[in-house]
Amino acid sequence: MTSLETKREIAEANRRRYEELRAAGQEATAKVLPAATALEAALIAPDAVISREEVAADWYAIVRLRRGEALRIVDPSGLSSVSMIGWRDEDASERINCADTVKVQWSVALSKGRVILSDMGRVLFSLIEDTSGSHDIMVGGSTPASTLVAYGATSRNTQENFIAGAAKIGLGVRDIPPCVTFFAPVSLDANGRFIWNQSRKRPGDFVDLRAEMNAVLVLSNCAHPLDPARPSAARPVVLVRHRVPPAAADDPCRTGSPEAMRAFEFTDRLYA
Amino acid sequence: MTALIAPSPRDASKASYSHDIPAERPWSQVLKRGQTLRIIDSEGQQAVDALLYDLADPTERYSAQDTLRTQGSAYVELGTRLVSNKGRVMARITADSCGRHDTSAGCCSCESNAVRFGEATKYQHACRENFILELSKYGMTKRDIVANLNFFMNVPIDPDGKFTVVDGISAPENYVDITMDIDVIFVISNCPQVNNPCNGFNPTPIRVMIWDQDRF
Repeated sequence: MTSLETKREIAEANRRRYEELRAAGQEATAKVLPAATALEAALIAPDAVISREEVAADWYAIVRLRRGEALRIVDPSGLSSVSMIGWRDEDASERINCADTVKVQWSVALSKGRVILSDMGRVLFSLIEDTSGSHDIMVGGSTPASTLVAYGATSRNTQENFIAGAAKIGLGVRDIPPCVTFFAPVSLDANGRFIWNQSRKRPGDFVDLRAEMNAVLVLSNCAHPLDPARPSAARPVVLVRHRVPPAAADDPCRTGSPEAMRAFEFTDRLYA
Repeated sequence: MTALIAPSPRDASKASYSHDIPAERPWSQVLKRGQTLRIIDSEGQQAVDALLYDLADPTERYSAQDTLRTQGSAYVELGTRLVSNKGRVMARITADSCGRHDTSAGCCSCESNAVRFGEATKYQHACRENFILELSKYGMTKRDIVANLNFFMNVPIDPDGKFTVVDGISAPENYVDITMDIDVIFVISNCPQVNNPCNGFNPTPIRVMIWDQDRF
């Protein structure tokens, strides 16, 4: 039986560790995060391209990525948003986990240098390039009800795109987790209300997601539910699957925080 | 931000069910439309993780993102409608003496603890272990665990995106009342986390009570 004195000491030690991790995560990490990618930077060498696909407005795409490949998502018009869910290819019970992603990184702000985690304490994707740092991980995609309210009629939407995309890889409603939406500049005011920041969107914005495990994704190219444009602003987006070097020992996504280093270590063990 | 506080009209002597959930343990119950579940933070500063499933078709379940999108704001509070992945209101918060609850931080797991606090914490009990075992009684698995509610858990999110689990503000005997709009399987994990302040670094028992419709 642990004595009261010992229990108090353990609790105090755990609080100290928590405060140290918080300071590292919110103060030190913020200083080492790389700057946003310039719109004209990070060109993909032609021989690194594996495939390219244009996704029509309001439609979806299924993408398989091997570890060591990356997916560039480009919004040429600066008007679209792209919602994404994903699973580990070998075992779809392992999937994107938005809550762990924000909790582990002490922030809801995804940007270059951050990672997207699975529910198994591993890295699904690293954000190795990102021009905007303006994405949503809290509100989720559009639904039949949200399009009815926004446009006066039910239209194609992310919830149904996810169901259709998941079905084509043998998955069902039970497998659809909360999503990340790229190019969706959502922030919070002091009262916790969601705000849409249109000025943070630019034509040509892109992200590069490096797969840290073999993954399968469904991407939905529907306007974000907070996007005020009427009718829907969705335009075609471009997906480029390409080869990238693996995460080196000094990779900024890997070394950004003690938590990221551990998540990479656990991921590397899968493929050791 | 200011907390919305509204006392419940429900009299404890009229409850049809009362049960103490020990520290670190799960619980579940089928709740009918119109029934109200009260969760009482008996000793204070105790996070309570919760999931809801439609009894008739458990593929319809609580959805944190649908709930926040519908509400337009990031915290669960008095009046919040708990929305399913199919857009239906499953339940709503009808009384609250605490004023601060979360639905963005998810549940603790052995695997996320190892990432957050070091590999030694992998072998500590966690909410996801509770959820897996409790859901197995209904034929559900880890696939069915979605982003959950965290009653009495204080997770402020700053305008610049900072996301922090801080000391709970719930005092001993604080409660929240949740009234069902449809028949649900209501699943709770009395959170075992000892590595962050959500339980004051000391998990404690909670109490659940149930009132039938119109029996205050």
